[in-house]
Amino acid sequence: MRSLFRTAGHRLLRDVALVCLADGVVGVSFGALAVAGGLPVWLPVVMSLVVFAGASQFSAVGVALAGGGPIAAVATPLLLNTRTVPFSLAVADVLGKRPLTRLCGAHLVTDETAAFALAQPDPARRRAAFWTCGLSLYATWNVCVAAGALAGKALGDTGAFGLDAAYPAVLLALVVPTLRDAGTRRAALAGAAVALAATPVLPPGLPVLLALTGLLATGRRS
Amino acid sequence: MTVAALLALALGTYAFRLTGPLLHGRVELSARIQQLLSTGAAVLLVALAATSALTGAHGFAGWARPLGVLAGGVLAWRRAPFVIVVLVAAGVTALLRAASLR
Repeated sequence: MRSLFRTAGHRLLRDVALVCLADGVVGVSFGALAVAGGLPVWLPVVMSLVVFAGASQFSAVGVALAGGGPIAAVATPLLLNTRTVPFSLAVADVLGKRPLTRLCGAHLVTDETAAFALAQPDPARRRAAFWTCGLSLYATWNVCVAAGALAGKALGDTGAFGLDAAYPAVLLALVVPTLRDAGTRRAALAGAAVALAATPVLPPGLPVLLALTGLLATGRRS
Repeated sequence: MTVAALLALALGTYAFRLTGPLLHGRVELSARIQQLLSTGAAVLLVALAATSALTGAHGFAGWARPLGVLAGGVLAWRRAPFVIVVLVAAGVTALLRAASLR
């Protein structure tokens, strides 16, 4: 572990710490919102351990709290997580050779770990970046979600802290880099319009799936 | 949210993550498929952001939340750090509510 950190370098450690800080804040808000909405404390905690994907966890809990059915509560977050397929292909070479290491490493494939690994210039540093970021993030995320879940009852009105604004803001921060592409932006705006129009008439969870029709507005293919 | 739904979500997500290590060196996603997956993810994320910013259990979410999210979104577009985006969105929403704007 110590040699891993040494290979990683100071700059990377600082960047990883900043991402952990940000995801920690989001984790606290996730745990607090889930429990304040009426879910039992164990649910957000166990979900974070076994799913470990922030945006999809929020969407699953959001649908569940809005009274949506189990299919909708699983379909949207699963579709969101299809983006880990290209990431896991891209970082497959840094997961190591031993089967057990690969099985554990696969669980740590997220937007953040893939971005950190792929930004490194050589295989040794890609490997160090992936594992440093993955393990730190897994520890931070789960501790903070548990803290938020336990605090959720004590906080009472999470709305007074603006915690309900944290999740949409996180989604925007995640997606903004891809929106600089005009085709993606057209598709995303068309999809959002469809989802908003469908929200009053469809059960929770379905409007967001319907947003995929926005892909038709992409226009050109690159 | 049932235990079965939670398990399905966890197993499905893990299966997506395993495709890389399992298929590495054997399969290449075509550029077309990669583009479609990345645009699809962007569409879902923006739709989720829009619906969760603007709507609540009883229709319109009120002004405080969307205005806070908008402030965070503008900062994200101007490449502010992730943690600043989140804290500003929550902070603006909390301040607006403290000033009794719902």
